[in-house]
Amino acid sequence: MGPKKQNRREFLKQGAAIAGGAAVGAASQSASAQLPGPEGFLHGRDDIVAYGQRSRFIESKRIPHGGRHSPDTFGLDFHIATPLQDQHGVITPSSLFYMGTTRGSYIPDIDPEKHRLMIHGLVDNPLVFTMEELKRLPSVTRMHFVECAGNRSNRRHTTVQETHGMTSNAEWTGVLLSTLLKEAGVKEGADWIVAEGVEEVKGASSIPMTKAMDDTLLAYSMNGEPVRPQQGFPLRMLAPGFEGIFNVKWLRRIKVVDQYYMTYNDYGHLTQDPATAALGYQIGPKSVIVHPSGGQTLPGAGYYQVSGLAWSGGGKVARVEVTTDGGETWFDAEIRGEPQAMAHTLFAFEWEWDGSPCELQSRCIDEIGQVQPSRAEVAEFWNQPADQPPRVRGQDNSIQPWRIESDGSIHNAIA
Amino acid sequence: MRLLKYLLPGVMLLGFVAQAQSPTYGVGRAPTAAEIEAWDIAIAPTGEELPDGSGTADLGAQLFLEKGCAGCHGTNGTNGIAPRLVKNDVGEVDNAWRYGRVLPIRSPYATTVWDYINRGMPLGAEGSLLADEVYSLTAYLLYLNDVITDDQLVLDQNSLPKIQMPNRDNWAQVPDWFPGQPRLEGYPY
Ligand code: HEC
Repeated sequence: MGPKKQNRREFLKQGAAIAGGAAVGAASQSASAQLPGPEGFLHGRDDIVAYGQRSRFIESKRIPHGGRHSPDTFGLDFHIATPLQDQHGVITPSSLFYMGTTRGSYIPDIDPEKHRLMIHGLVDNPLVFTMEELKRLPSVTRMHFVECAGNRSNRRHTTVQETHGMTSNAEWTGVLLSTLLKEAGVKEGADWIVAEGVEEVKGASSIPMTKAMDDTLLAYSMNGEPVRPQQGFPLRMLAPGFEGIFNVKWLRRIKVVDQYYMTYNDYGHLTQDPATAALGYQIGPKSVIVHPSGGQTLPGAGYYQVSGLAWSGGGKVARVEVTTDGGETWFDAEIRGEPQAMAHTLFAFEWEWDGSPCELQSRCIDEIGQVQPSRAEVAEFWNQPADQPPRVRGQDNSIQPWRIESDGSIHNAIA
Repeated sequence: MRLLKYLLPGVMLLGFVAQAQSPTYGVGRAPTAAEIEAWDIAIAPTGEELPDGSGTADLGAQLFLEKGCAGCHGTNGTNGIAPRLVKNDVGEVDNAWRYGRVLPIRSPYATTVWDYINRGMPLGAEGSLLADEVYSLTAYLLYLNDVITDDQLVLDQNSLPKIQMPNRDNWAQVPDWFPGQPRLEGYPY
């Protein structure tokens, strides 16, 4: 560094010190005249420059769901619910996306360079792909929810995170499975695929060829970044609208077969009742009011926007209705944004609370005409004895009632 | 309607096959036969992928201790920190579902038990068992659950798929699935 430069640096440094002093003076002068500022300023830090983080005032977090703690004694993660009550849009942040595994799993630590996907079985040309090769193929970008079969509200739950937190929604980018299957050449009689992951139990599910060829997607991107490890990095299968377990994570192999394979995952979902089996496959029309919801408190009478999420495994959400009197009168809610097939859809309803006790509910009607039922309607359909609590067969898509007391407190109103 | 349901998949599959004759993109490579064999751990209920080898419950009892199974699942498969592997003590029941969600009693096929032990156990060293050992451990768990009563019975690729599990025909087939259809015909919800 030459002397000239040295001088300039000296000058700049002094100048900065003077300017700094002036700035401090200015700040103390104007403190009373200006609006209150923030709690402080975060100085640039290389790690945050490189990868951002949320405000320290935001403490929204996931919680273990159901009876079994995650991680368990073995360090296995099982069921973890997303904090829906903190969400206002339709995208679940990747860090908060709900998580479910095949009866508990470790998260595989996968080097994407080494990861391979194999397609074999009843195909003309078995194929192996690297991640880079998969990314060369035509891609699609779609919004889809994933929901766990265990997303079942019960009367012990107090918040929407407990009642409905086992579903999340993201934007996924990847290659359609049909693209790969056509490339491999599916043989006649190949009515099923078995999709398998890398985790220690190599979770595998049988999926009908009709679904594999329709809209099943192998995603490498989620919400604009590589799919997170907890969600199946580097490759996750999405069988849109099917129960969570079919959305195989850490996907490494697809075997094209001629029969239902009765894998451990398949076995785990068996039932003796054909209706329950059918209702535990494609997810039904469903919705829940998120704002306001259980555990929250309304500060007093007045205007509130009631809002929530609606979705269906049968296609797009066509309509959402809201009641504020426990189901006596239903109003059309406003759909915010363009509904997407098998994706969470935001709805909202303008509401003036008069301060008296009431009950809020929402119900979803999907594009193929399925209507989200109340628990009483389900019980009636199956002629369940009136003296027993209603039992929703298959995946629970029943209406969630929230009771609001005159003190503004909000409670799960499942009888 | 019923007819349509059966016709539809045939028609659709023909469609797939017709489109699938030659690769469009030429991306990806062909795996070798050895690669496929090494990767292919899925076992069909018909047992077609089961490897050579054999085992008995008698041998399995020993392996259950040696391979550390007992350490997690308990010496009798009932009293460990990991899930119980023996049916619940509910006496004789007419419906095997009452024995609880225990793989070696509830599963309709013994192949699922073999497949699961082979791919997922022992936890922490999964994939380390030899085929003979998996046959023996499967036999032992079936024996503990009274599915087989002879601890010298030899299980291999021929005999294992033929084991009559109590729920063999006692489960609901998953429905045929087609895009844009309601979940269950006649169910408005
Ligand atoms: C380190 C502890 C551990 C060891 C050792 C272990 N297991 Fe397991 N096993 C588990 C856990 C935990 C599960 C539950 C599945 C899960 O959470 O991944 C399980 C599940 C199973 C199941 C399925 C149970 C069901 O009904 O769903 C079988 C069968 C099984 N183990 C057999 C074995 C055999 C055979 C061995 C010995 C070769 C063995 N396990 C060794 C921990 C262990």
